[in-house]
Amino acid sequence: MIRVTRKIEFSAAHFYHNPKFSPEENRRIFGKCNNPHGHGHNYVLEVTVAGEPDPETGMVLDLKELKEILQREVMDRMDHRHLNYEVPELAGQIPTCENVAAAIWRLLEPKITQGTLDRVRVYESPDLFADCTAQPGAARDDDRAAQTGERRAWRKR
Amino acid sequence: MAQALKISLTRRYRFSASHRLHRAEFSEEENQRLYGKCSNPYGHGHNYVVEVTLTGPVDPATGMVANLGDLDPFVEREVVEQFDHKYMNEEIAEFRDRVPTTENVAREIYRRLRRFPHARLERVRIEETSKNSFEVSEEGAPAVPGID
Repeated sequence: MIRVTRKIEFSAAHFYHNPKFSPEENRRIFGKCNNPHGHGHNYVLEVTVAGEPDPETGMVLDLKELKEILQREVMDRMDHRHLNYEVPELAGQIPTCENVAAAIWRLLEPKITQGTLDRVRVYESPDLFADCTAQPGAARDDDRAAQTGERRAWRKR
Repeated sequence: MAQALKISLTRRYRFSASHRLHRAEFSEEENQRLYGKCSNPYGHGHNYVVEVTLTGPVDPATGMVANLGDLDPFVEREVVEQFDHKYMNEEIAEFRDRVPTTENVAREIYRRLRRFPHARLERVRIEETSKNSFEVSEEGAPAVPGID
């Protein structure tokens, strides 16, 4: 099996605030991330897809296609946006890099039709990142598809 | 049914320290052959980077595997304050009789950090230089006296 990783960068604003907590609790738990005016980061997203290279093309997946998926699913939704207010996939959640990674996984997983999504890594800064992977042992859509004898369609390049 | 996801959080810390790779029970020639210039009697130093990976459920109230407000002071206290600008062979008790290779430094740091109470320590990875790195995870955890 081969893992292929593609990296993109997007810039977005966020802040951490839980309306169920008192103002003091919010400040204590979230510190300066609780500033209601928000603040921003240059996020770096690394998306890893695993699979066997196609014998015809030598590729696990068409990176051009992955680039388009990342543009559509991530850049168009999150780049130069406020994650608290403008990204429905994060509605009602604290937009930590843990939750951003999980939201991006859920957006990408159904769109990856060549190979399978292996890992989503979101860097909030060079010194802090979250990884999202499938829980080991959890059935994936892929496994279920394989069990029913379904084959994932390869798109014509 | 939503797919079950595993989330981990990784934070990088830095310290600068010196060490010497040398074992008193080996002859000078053996030390030279084994450790080469790392055995220079005056020691030498590195800018170490410690990458700490934690895993566990994301608390829905905070969106976090672990709060950096807890993790940063813990790592500062248990590792950075004790290793930064020190000569590990003499100033870190665990290396008085154990050679402070970065393998052993990684294991020692793993041992200290696994006591973090708010999430499970998954991995410690240390960059000794931008060209060398060393990783310890649960299966590589040391059977060292005093380990929790």
